[in-house]
Amino acid sequence: MLTTYIYDGSFEGFLSAVFTYFERRPKQVQIVQEKRYQPDAFAGVLTVTSDENQAERVWRGLKKKMSSQGLSTIYSCYLSELPCFEHILLNCIIRIFEDKRRVEADFSCTFMLQLSQIARKVGREKHRFEAFVRFEKQANGLFYAGIEPDFNVLPLIAPHFTRRYADQPWLIFDIRRSYGIHYDLQSVQEVHIAESKNRGNSSAKISYDDKEAQYQLLWQDYFRHVNIPQRKNMKLHRQHVPLRYVKNMAEIVNI
Amino acid sequence: MIQIQEKLQILADAAKYDVSCSSSGSKRKNDGRGLGDATGMGICHSYTEDGRCVSLLKILLTNHCIFDCAYCVSRKSNDIKRAAFTVDEVIDLTTNFYRRNYIEGLFLSSGIFKNPDYTMERLVRIAKKLRQEHRFNGYIHLKSIPGASDELMHEAGLYADRLSVNIELPTDEGFRLLAPEKSHAQIMQPMRYITKAIQENKEEKKLFKKLPLFAPAGQSTQMVVGATPESDFQIIHIANHLYKNYRLKRVYYSGYIPISSDARLPALHTPPPLLRENRLYQADWLMRFYGFAAHEIADPMHPYLDQEVDPKLAWALRNLHFFPIDINKADYEIILRIPGIGVKSAQKIVSARKFTFLQPDHLRKIGVVYSRAKYFMHCGGKNQLIHDFTADKIKALVLGGNHSKYKVKQTQEQLTLF
Repeated sequence: MLTTYIYDGSFEGFLSAVFTYFERRPKQVQIVQEKRYQPDAFAGVLTVTSDENQAERVWRGLKKKMSSQGLSTIYSCYLSELPCFEHILLNCIIRIFEDKRRVEADFSCTFMLQLSQIARKVGREKHRFEAFVRFEKQANGLFYAGIEPDFNVLPLIAPHFTRRYADQPWLIFDIRRSYGIHYDLQSVQEVHIAESKNRGNSSAKISYDDKEAQYQLLWQDYFRHVNIPQRKNMKLHRQHVPLRYVKNMAEIVNI
Repeated sequence: MIQIQEKLQILADAAKYDVSCSSSGSKRKNDGRGLGDATGMGICHSYTEDGRCVSLLKILLTNHCIFDCAYCVSRKSNDIKRAAFTVDEVIDLTTNFYRRNYIEGLFLSSGIFKNPDYTMERLVRIAKKLRQEHRFNGYIHLKSIPGASDELMHEAGLYADRLSVNIELPTDEGFRLLAPEKSHAQIMQPMRYITKAIQENKEEKKLFKKLPLFAPAGQSTQMVVGATPESDFQIIHIANHLYKNYRLKRVYYSGYIPISSDARLPALHTPPPLLRENRLYQADWLMRFYGFAAHEIADPMHPYLDQEVDPKLAWALRNLHFFPIDINKADYEIILRIPGIGVKSAQKIVSARKFTFLQPDHLRKIGVVYSRAKYFMHCGGKNQLIHDFTADKIKALVLGGNHSKYKVKQTQEQLTLF
């Protein structure tokens, strides 16, 4: 019979569910996060509580069987939040633990291939947001950027921005997921702001640095003037900057 | 404000025909208090409507120039508006754009005003001030000005991540025709100096770890394509020579965009040779990442690249005796030669076949363009379908596939019956 493990949606919770699987070894199992769970009359249900120790044991076990690169594909796959990711990850982890060989590079296995493909997608999104974040300087000196990435990339881009902007306070806010990362010249903290405060017309209330508008204007001018009209290629342009990202990018004004 | 805006427009316009855009390959770290970091891979922050990436603030310090090179917008005789930035204007734009995450750094070039040393000294001063006073660790790409002194070139290397000097015209005949004030020897002089200095810095760094960086992202150059009658064979062989003997990181190819009614040049409104430019880049990639030698891509018998098919497929069609290749046995370098298989797929194939005997279906899932690769490979084992197609036939099949997948499917089914 199919058993459903429900977890709280955290990475730790997911790893705890994996731990529970290895403890009980049910024949058929699916791992589902709370908010996506839909009751099913024919499945047994078990709510797994997030357990730091269990999660760590699974992670340590994986470390022994994988490269650090491989480990990061697992984390990336979790951050993809794709509806099927638990299924793929669980199957990969089972294979990794049960095969005596190091199987992370077995791209003939559907699950391992899917894992690498999803991690690649997430990696692409991470790289995109290292590029597409546009800070606006506020009157209080804070550099603020709102983003709406397809995947939950904030944890992945935090180190990049911390290294780069060590001498300015900044906040990158994921509008869709209602949380952000804030750097205060010392360290990076996750911040959660009540949704109502950040949605909609809140931008009207933010007061910007005196020169912010000028720099945006200069940037838009620059962007227009480095273009070579004789080489116009909108298909390629769109391919590189898909429409869904454009609204938070200062240089692209009229679409 | 209006003034700086107009300057930016003029000097961005003048710089945009320099196609170098990369911001990768440096090792400059942020010490934890400064601005910026240039350790990772390059980042393309945006893309203009021509599909080219915007990674650096690419500007000329000034478009005043004492030279009169026919192919250049900033040539002395061209009746255009001239402008010049001050040192502080460039620094202010660079740091403020950088802080907003618009750019990876600065690409600073210049028309030659007064003399080469005077010009180079200004470029170096900007880079130095950015590094020392603004603790800027972002990427800086400076132009090496031919004729500038060795001391200035050396200083440039200390503050810049990349240096470049553009060859622009592949041969001396081209120079005589379009830029009689310049010659190849003159342009190669700074390149040779920097190549040597980078090499020496590398050697010394092995002994003294704390030695300052010297142009850690190396050198690049650019050749204009289609302004003068050089063949692809000539261009590819010069590029190869530069990669081998000058250890350049990149050679860029810039399809000439007519900007002048000069009779020595293609007429205004001639479309830029974009396809030819693209084929040259593909050839360049084959040399840098696929282990192809220059003479395999173009030779005196085939001086121009095939416009219909990419140079890798063209090579395969000229060398059918090399194929078919056994996917499950051949070395990585050999697998890379199969059209339809790129670097990523080749790596995956070599990893995956340790676990499983690979079949066509595996290859498709891995990302191989099987409809193209199938003419040049097999999976080993029994039941192999051995093709006996001529090069022309394969070319027609592959090109047919580009237009209509349905059509090629039909032909295929008919053929497998035999």
